[in-house]
Amino acid sequence: MRSIRPLAVLAAALLVAACGPSGTAGSGALTWWHNGTSDPVKSLWQSVADSYHAAHPDVTITVDPIQNEQFQTKVPLALQSDSPPGLYQQWGGGQEASQIKSGKVLDLTSSVSGWIGQLGQAAAGWQVDGKQYGVPYDQHVVGFWYRKDLFARAGIGAPPATMADFTADLGKLRAAGVTPVAIGSKDRWPDAFYWDYFAVRECATDVLRQSVKTLKLDDPCWLKAGQDLAALLAENPFQQGFLGTPAQQGAGSSAGLVANGQAAMELQGDWEPGTMASLTEDKDFAAKLGWFPFPTVEGGAGDPGVTLGGGDGFSCTTAAPPACPDFLKYIAGVEVQTKLAAAGIGLPVNPDAASALKDPTLKAVFDYSRKASYVQTYFDVAMPTAVGQALNDAIANFMAGKGTPAGIVQSVGQAATGDR
Amino acid sequence: MTRRLELALLLGPALLLFVGFVLAPIGVAAYYSLYDWQGFGSLTDFVGLGNYRDVLTGAVFQGAVLHNLVIVVLSLVVQLPVSVALALLLNRKLRGRAVLRLVVFAPYVLSEATTAVIWLLILQPGGFVDQLLSGLGLHALIRQWLADPRVVLLTLFVVITWKYIGFGIILLLAGLQGIPRELIEAASLDGASPWQATRGVVLPLLGPTIRIWIFLSVIGSLQVFDVVWIMTLGGPANASTTMATYLIDHGFKRYEFGYGSAVAVVLFIICFAFALVYQRFALRRDTEGALR
Repeated sequence: MRSIRPLAVLAAALLVAACGPSGTAGSGALTWWHNGTSDPVKSLWQSVADSYHAAHPDVTITVDPIQNEQFQTKVPLALQSDSPPGLYQQWGGGQEASQIKSGKVLDLTSSVSGWIGQLGQAAAGWQVDGKQYGVPYDQHVVGFWYRKDLFARAGIGAPPATMADFTADLGKLRAAGVTPVAIGSKDRWPDAFYWDYFAVRECATDVLRQSVKTLKLDDPCWLKAGQDLAALLAENPFQQGFLGTPAQQGAGSSAGLVANGQAAMELQGDWEPGTMASLTEDKDFAAKLGWFPFPTVEGGAGDPGVTLGGGDGFSCTTAAPPACPDFLKYIAGVEVQTKLAAAGIGLPVNPDAASALKDPTLKAVFDYSRKASYVQTYFDVAMPTAVGQALNDAIANFMAGKGTPAGIVQSVGQAATGDR
Repeated sequence: MTRRLELALLLGPALLLFVGFVLAPIGVAAYYSLYDWQGFGSLTDFVGLGNYRDVLTGAVFQGAVLHNLVIVVLSLVVQLPVSVALALLLNRKLRGRAVLRLVVFAPYVLSEATTAVIWLLILQPGGFVDQLLSGLGLHALIRQWLADPRVVLLTLFVVITWKYIGFGIILLLAGLQGIPRELIEAASLDGASPWQATRGVVLPLLGPTIRIWIFLSVIGSLQVFDVVWIMTLGGPANASTTMATYLIDHGFKRYEFGYGSAVAVVLFIICFAFALVYQRFALRRDTEGALR
């Protein structure tokens, strides 16, 4: 039962700190950590790096695709070392705020001021205290991806608009022998989408804005979110054994279940069609997939136009060559954004590239998000990391039958005050 | 003088590595553990033993310790008898013995990550295990292997056993090879049945090997991580959290490095204390003369 020795992790940190090659700044070599481990993202970023290098031969870019989950552990270690990557995946919010304390994340404010306005509100999630420490390259919206063929088989004409319709449709799908909803609860973060969205539907926009800052969830709407979730769980909407299902790995994952027609829908981000497509051999899959926003909740104080989302971006570090902010400008520019949108990777952050969205469903998602009265960043990202993770853990435990709606609310206050 | 030079030359590199990669990290972790530190910037928020108090009184950590202890006990109660029995079997002259030994040892050669991924596929709902059971008419035994909080720890124990039983068997086989045949022959000449010879002669002589296996097994069980992390991430609802997964969850995922270091130190102290006590009371006879 030899296993990772926790102390070895610290030893590794020490080693990195002690023996790393001294800074690459100014040498024109940029190491780029991104989470696009599979196509089309992987080849897009490679081509972006290649074309930037072609235009700027003095800048060589080493592209290093890294599994999404690994960023949690790799980035803190790297930022403590003397040789962090020049450019790395950045989701903004509370995590970015923690990372800035390392002193290794480059303040981009002055170098991007000429063009960041183009991205509009989308760039705000990467600001800390008014300073820009990262730049998004796409934006995300969470909603339900559903199989039109399975909805039709269950006799559902139009996707549900209210929670009451949604619940009724769950019954119709079950009656048709279809697993209504797939979820990847093993990974915990997909669980949070449900509670987050119920909170967005129950809480007024002002409450959302304030609470994320103060980390005080006093308003009764937060408690209601948990009660709504409890009511949904009572409908038994998910696949058998969902607590052990991964979100994105393999045909047995929640994405794989929908991709292969074994479940009718999944609450996920706009990236999900890409994930699903890689898990099925069905060539007509894209045509079978539809999208609808999270249903409205009766009596909820939330503006129905508010969406839950976020985005992906990049941060430069102090080890990056001076060209790094310019490279970010290139990524956020129309040329790369158009490619990104055309490849169906995500919703472009540059509105001028929106016309390149080929998939009509994604175009509809984009239009929906443009019309949003407010975009609430996922709470685990918006809040400080320790608080966000405590919240996600409380939600995941609740989904597994351990905990109460009040317990979820308390987890935030406890984590915020340093209580564990 | 030559002797000193010799000592410095021979011990120096090892000592340097030991201090640099074992002692220093322990010291550094102990130092971090006294601070509330998010992993970035300098250590300013001194909290004394506050992190330790939080670790030891936390329900999730207590659950994790319990899970580790369950794995320790199950390893001793299940793996040890099975390993000894299989080792005795594979020590006899049987047809295809080499192949059998290879088969038993093969899982140990796989990395933990590979093992975990293979078993994830085998155990997924409607997967190989479920189909095998329903094929045998044992539908009633099918469980949500990784999704049921009451079952998940036992499932993980089975995977860990599958992976490590080969190691125990090889260790015990080596121990059996060291037992002189004459002793067993002498016992049977004196009228001992094969079972009596095994119990009265072979097992006592296998004692040192068994004691070493217990030592390795307990330490390994206390530190188990990879299989659990890949297969369940400690879930659902912390039903399979171990001390090591708790450490990663809190140290890295929550960016609470001071707190995570305190967990690491607690884990270290538990392992170290066990090692000392076990050395003192169980391994002393075996290592007598070798250590002073």
